This record gives sequence, C-alpha cells and structure tokens, in this order.
Amino acid sequence: MKKLISLTVNGKSYQIATEPNQTLADLLRYELGLFGTKKGCEMGDCGSCTVIMDGKPVNSCLVLAMQANRRSITTIEGLESEKGLHPLQQAFAEKGAIQCGFCSSGMILSAKHLLDKNPKPNEAEIRSAISGNLCRCTGYQKIVEAVKGVRG
Amino acid sequence: MSQYDVINSRATRIDSQDKATGRAVFIDDMKMPGMLYGAILQSPLAHAEILSIDTSAAKKLPGVKAAVTSQEAGLIKYGVSPARYDETIFCYDKVRHVGDNIAAVAATDLETAMAALSLIKVEYREMPAVFTVEEAMSDGAPILHEEYPRNICAEVHQEFGDVETAFKECDLIKTTSFVNKRQDAAFIEPQGCIADYDLSGTLTLYSSTQVPHYVQRTLAMVLKLPVGKVRVVKPYVGAGFGIKAAANHIELAACLLSMKTGRPVKMNFDREQVFLHGRARHQFFHTMTTGVKKDGTLMALKHECYLNGGAYSSFGIATVYYAGSLLGGPYRLPNMKYDGYRIYTNLPACGAQRGHGGVAARACWEQQLDMIAEELGMDPIDLRLKNMMVAGDVTCNDLNMSSLGMKECIEAVKEGSDWKNKKGRLPKGKGIGMACGFFVSGAGYPIYRSDTYHGTAVIKLTEDGGTALVYTASAEIGQGSDTAFAMIAAEALGIPLECVRLESGDTDFGVDLGAYSSRQTLMTGHAVKEAAESVKLQVLEVLSRELKIPVYDMDIKKGVIVFKKEKPDFSGLRTRYIKEHRGWTDNPAPEEDLSFREASRIAYLAKGSIVGTGKYKPPELGGKFKGATVGTSPAYGCSAQVVELSVDMETGQIAIEKMTDAHDCGRAINRTSVEGQMEGSVSMGIGEALYEEVKFDDKGRVINADLAEYKIPTALDMPHVETIIVESNEPNGPFGAKEVGEGAIMPTIPAILNAVYDAVGLRIFELPLTSERVWTAMKIRAKG
Ligand code: FES
Ligand code: FES
Repeated sequence: MKKLISLTVNGKSYQIATEPNQTLADLLRYELGLFGTKKGCEMGDCGSCTVIMDGKPVNSCLVLAMQANRRSITTIEGLESEKGLHPLQQAFAEKGAIQCGFCSSGMILSAKHLLDKNPKPNEAEIRSAISGNLCRCTGYQKIVEAVKGVRG
Repeated sequence: MSQYDVINSRATRIDSQDKATGRAVFIDDMKMPGMLYGAILQSPLAHAEILSIDTSAAKKLPGVKAAVTSQEAGLIKYGVSPARYDETIFCYDKVRHVGDNIAAVAATDLETAMAALSLIKVEYREMPAVFTVEEAMSDGAPILHEEYPRNICAEVHQEFGDVETAFKECDLIKTTSFVNKRQDAAFIEPQGCIADYDLSGTLTLYSSTQVPHYVQRTLAMVLKLPVGKVRVVKPYVGAGFGIKAAANHIELAACLLSMKTGRPVKMNFDREQVFLHGRARHQFFHTMTTGVKKDGTLMALKHECYLNGGAYSSFGIATVYYAGSLLGGPYRLPNMKYDGYRIYTNLPACGAQRGHGGVAARACWEQQLDMIAEELGMDPIDLRLKNMMVAGDVTCNDLNMSSLGMKECIEAVKEGSDWKNKKGRLPKGKGIGMACGFFVSGAGYPIYRSDTYHGTAVIKLTEDGGTALVYTASAEIGQGSDTAFAMIAAEALGIPLECVRLESGDTDFGVDLGAYSSRQTLMTGHAVKEAAESVKLQVLEVLSRELKIPVYDMDIKKGVIVFKKEKPDFSGLRTRYIKEHRGWTDNPAPEEDLSFREASRIAYLAKGSIVGTGKYKPPELGGKFKGATVGTSPAYGCSAQVVELSVDMETGQIAIEKMTDAHDCGRAINRTSVEGQMEGSVSMGIGEALYEEVKFDDKGRVINADLAEYKIPTALDMPHVETIIVESNEPNGPFGAKEVGEGAIMPTIPAILNAVYDAVGLRIFELPLTSERVWTAMKIRAKG
C-alpha cells in the first residue's frame, strides 16, 4: 500500500506517494529524477548513495522513503547555488579528486558535512569523515587534498 | 617552462564538473520509453547436468513480456579469445559454476521480473565439482569442458636461451614459491546496460563497458546481425579495471530480450553478481628459480605457474602468457624458461585485472631478488641497478624497451624516501622496502587476429570556425582519456583546450579497441594527433592559396595563425569573415592577429566541411615463437616504489605509513591524471597485499560477495603517496607519451613484502598479509 509522505529536498517541498519498501535512494533517483545520488551496493557498504538528512549524512539505500517523512534532504544537486558550483565541487573538479566520478556525489556530501561542523579539520579528521565512502579509483589522496584546499 | 601550450599541464578534466554536480549520466541514470526490466536466472550449483528447464509458468505471469533460454538464444559459442570460445549466452547441457546463466526474463518492472525467475523450474543432476588446481588436475577428476582433458584450459612452454646451462655458471641459485588470492576489481558502479532493438532492425546497446568495439563484434557474431546494424554506446562508466573489457551475459541477454519483445530492456548486476560475473584477478601459484653470479649478475630464471581459472576461459589464455612474458624485463635476463598452466575449476571465471597476469609474478620475483641481494651482501637497489636494462635493449623474449626511465625512477624513489638513512636502520617493527615493475602501453595485437587499426579518430571543424569536434570510439572509464585526447587535439591543432569538444565511446564514431592493456593514450592518442594535424594542414593549405604563402611558413598556435616570416596583408580575408557576421559583437579588431576561427571559416568556404581523420596500428612486433605476441607493445611504462610501514609486534597488523612512487610515463599529457593513476594503482596494490580475497564455501559459493566482508582500502588505510613523474620521451608515443594505468601497480605488493621483511625479518609467500597471517608467521618463528 502506497503512503503519502512529505519531505523537503534541496529546499523544495514534495508530497509523494511511496511504497513501504522503497528506499530513499530509489525515491530520489527514480521518482524525483535526482540521479546524482548513486547506488554502488544497496547494502550500506560503499557510501555512493550518501545524502544529508536533517544535517546528518546517511546512506540513502538503507533509509526507507517513509523514514524521510517530514525530513529535509540535501543531495548533490542541492549544492550548487546561483553563484555556481559549491567550493567543494569546484575543488574536487580542479584538484583531480574525481576520476570515474561514481563515488564523487557521496564523497562531496560527506566532506560538506564535515566542513559544516568542523571548518578547520586536520588530515586525520578528513580521512575519518570520508572513510565510509569507498573510492576505487583515486587512492583518496587528491580527494583529501581537495578538502584541505577548501577548509577555512 | 613546458615547450607545450596544452599538454604536460594540470588542465582541469573536461568531465569533472559534470561529475562533481551529479549531472554526468551513468547507465542506471538512463531510461527509455516503454523500457522493460530484465533479470537472469543463475545456477545455485557449481557443477550439474541440466535435465529440463520449464519457463511456462514464468511466461504466464502478468507483466512478463519474454522468457528466454538456450532454446531461443542458440548455441553460438563466444568468449574473449577466438582460440577458446567456450561460452554460450545460456547453459544448455550443464552448469559449471554457481551463478552460471540459465535463463532470462523481461517484464514491465524489476519486481515482476524477479518473481518470474522464481517460477522457472529447472531440474538438475548434481555432479562432483572441482574447486582447486590440485582437484581439477587429479586423476579421474570431473571434466568441465570435454575438449580439455585434465581441465587444462591453456598451457605455455617457452624457453629463451638455455636455462640449465646458465645455472651451471651461477654462484647462487634460489627457489621460492608464492601464491596470491582471487581478487575482485570492486569498482563502485556495478555493470548495467540498456538494449534497444528498433523498428529498422538496428540494435543499440548502451552499456557500462570498457570496450564498445569488442562488445559490438560479440553481439553481431552471437546474435547473427551485421556489424553495421549493431551500435554500442558507452555512457559515463564507474571504472572497470579490466573486468568490463569483454561482453558480459547481461549485455547479450538484454539484446536478445529486446529483439524478442521489440522494446528497450534494461539489466543491471547487483553487487553479488559483480563478484559472480566480474572476471577479475586469477589466483596464481608461482615457483621461481633464479640463478646469479657473485657480483649480482642475473643469469637465468626458471618459472612455473598454475592459474585457477574458474569455469570459462575469458581472458585466461592471455593471462597465462602474460604471467611468464612480463618477467622478461626490466632486468637484463639472458635465459628464461616458463611453464604455465591455466586450469578450469567450478568457480566463476577469472579474467584480466589491472596489471594483467603480471602482478603476482612480479611480487614473487621481486621478493626473491631481495632475498638474493641479501645473500650476496648487496643493497637491493644496487642489485636492481646492476641488471637494469636501458632504452634500446630488447628482452630475451623480444620485447623492445624503446624508452626506459627505470634507472631514473629508482634514483628518484631512493632519494625521495631517504633510503640511504633508513634501509636496515629502522627500529624493530618498522621496515622499508622497494621494488620495480613495468607494463605494456597497449597490446601489440588485437584480441582477435586481424589487421584492423587499433584506433581511428575523426576531427571536424565547426563550419562557423573556431571549434574542433573530436570523435573517437575510445572508452573514458574514469582514467581521464577524454581529457587526454582533447588536450592532444588542441596541442596538435594549435588551439586552446576550450575550443575542443569531444565525443567518445560510440562504435558509430569509428574503431577503437577500447580501454584495456593501458593502450589508449598511446594508440588512440596517435590517431587523434594525426587527425588534428590533417585538419590543421587543410586550413593552412587554404590560407596558403589565399595569401600566397607556403604552408611551411605558417603555423597555428594558441588559436592564432603564426606567420614565420613577414606578416602578410590578410585584411581581405578578415573583411570576408566580418561581412558574414554582421551584428556580431565579437568580431576581430583590425590590429588583431588572424585567428584560427577566421581561418577555419575561410577554409570551410573554400572546401566545405573540414574533416580530418587519423588512425593507428602498431608495427609488427615481437618474435616468431608460439605466443610471441603476448607482451609485445610499442612502448613500456615502468615504475619503482619504496614503501615504509610498521608491523604491530603483538597483533601482526601492518600499517602502511608512506609510499614513494616514481613512474616513467614517457611524457605526461595531463600531470594530475598521471598522478591519479599512480595513486589509484598503489591503493589497489595495497588492497591486494593486505586484505583482499574472494572466499568460497565448499559448494563453490562466494561467501564475501559484498563490500563489507570483501574489504578494500578506505581513506584511513591509505598512506600519503609521494608521486614522482619521470618523463623519458617515448619515440613511439604521441608527444612521447606512454602508459601509466597499470605499470604503476606492479611494484606495490613486492615493495610491501620486502618492507615486512625489513621490519620483522620474516619472508611471507602468501597473500593477503592479514594480521592473522603475519602474527602466525611470527609465532611459528618464535617457537623455532
Ligand atoms: S549504495 Fe548505499 S551504501 Fe552503497
Ligand atoms: S572516482 Fe571512481 S570510485 Fe571514486
């Protein structure tokens, strides 16, 4: 049985009917067309589906859409502003922190959450903050450098 | 200052903003009207005869549009190497591993497709299965493929020089054995595809592949379509590392289902299926005997290797050859004997993964070289330098080192790591180790025998001038090839990078063998460069006629026409250009140089569309012996690495503290991308060295088919990598460029093995170096 939920995504509010077994990742991707949220494993292991829910990063493949009822979600699409790319997005692009790009959305959101609560993280704190986001391409070094370049 | 305007820089990748914002489209982000969802039925058994398959109940389920088995698919055999086509789309007589493909369905949604699978009835007669090399080769063992007795899928016997005679002249002869574990490539994007058979009879497959060209050929052959009616398009791909370098079952099944239903069909692997069908690194059992003189001169290597291949050949024939041939360099080795065997077992098939065939062999040998250096009382770096080849040397198995910055790499990491003050001087539990390696810059020959070009390129100038459109069928899979080719085109044409637009990964754009064997930068790069030079010449030829100046007295640089002698009066051309652009606000001012944009517009007016083409195939390479082609390449990249690590003496836990990595890539097209390949290679090597192992139960089922139990390095596991780019200017590469994507993984594992020895005095001959394995080794030694 579908149930109506309301949620805010990237500052825009939605009312949407969802199946009880639909994940937030699938709702974002296939119902709202926000394909920037990726699915690498659908088991909570890779972090490619990371979004920020009420200020906390979550693996959206492990969150049921129903659990997002009355919550506020930020996806990668929500980071850009009229001024252009978010500084983290710009830094990732310029510093070579992106190769295949499949991990990048989740990685950038985890980094954003870190900088929101700790604007001057040291390297260990950066590595720890993105340790739930797997990247098989970069060896993480340029990702860490990109975050360092943005910190206050 | 670089002599180049575009290449050899740190240009921002042309795809990175799309990827940073979530705009980049990957296969699962695509949807088509009327699209169906497909799913495959896989064998639960490792080895069984198929007695019957009944899809009738599945077909009746509302929403199901087709259910297909070998009946509909036919029995045309395919695979990677034509010498071993040993697969059909669906099994018909028996299944050979858990996960083997039996049937597929297409339905209006994925839930219905999955429900339909559970309604397919299959009767099996279970048969005894073999999972290890020993079991598979034992007398009376069940045979997977009748044509291959003792389950020997492929064997190699090669001898260069005379190993036994050389051993007689040696002062020290050392034998060691080594075994790695089956690795998974663990790219983050699982494979997926959408097949669309349209009303005109054209089949288009959108797929997360590394090799649109080979997939196109396989589809055409197996589905009996003309190549011209098959188009393969690659959207952005979430990396592949070799595993997406051949047609897979969902690609074939989705196409078949689309042809049956007349509707687009989407299929994806889930993460468990990536483990079951991702044909990643083999398990290799190496035994090597090396002979040297007292002064460290390498004399001979006798090498035997067994590969646990799994149920099908995949890339395996090439793998078993590579495992031997890639030890021919980078050291001068006059005598080498190799006996290799790839064995079929009832496990999922293995294939090619980053460093194809050479990684475990390199680990075994580079550790052995360290042991030899110690016994001779030499610094391991000195032993390596003593035997190192130089540019122009040819290995005993006919691989030509047309450039080789190996010595420079060693010196760079020696310096960069402060080796002199650390080797043998670190406290107990801390160690430093080094190793070398090299790899091909593209296979010398295509996978199927052919005189085909390995890459073609087309560059067309927009008719309004100013923009170059580059088309290649090459595969950007994350490594940065699109950016490299845009940079090469811009450099060769003499225009800024912003004036290049590029499309790739579509078989309609030409022939390109794709992203494997580290080939694209050199091979596709050549084709792109040639196309750009052709376009440039065409523009200059028109100018030459208009201005009465010989072509060779002109050039194009940074988007303007350079007149090497006196500047002519080009005001007539400018007036013509401006006349055609009345009302435009960006027309050139009188004092400005003649721009490329004006010149290419004038060229269009004279000749019609300006189109240049380029192509590349390597010259004939290698010796005349059987298997001489495997290992040949127009150029070889090489690297040296030093690792510093600590071993917890209580738990055996290894922590990698620092890597110093130097790689000779010929000429770096994009320096940031080169470093990215080096850092990524090191992380995959660290994973294989320390954690990674695909494990099976006694029924042949993968027991860690997820990214929690199959551990790959996280940001916390990776040390700082000091990357040093060495540029040797390869004569056979475009602008001197050669590979970086795979050679860079070669030294990582043996450098770690050698550092562990430096730290705790133990030689370990089995991967991965889990804390349990290291702890056990320390315990056994303590007991004496
Ligand atoms: S897809 Fe959600 S953690 Fe992997
Ligand atoms: S860039 Fe490919 S997984 Fe991170």
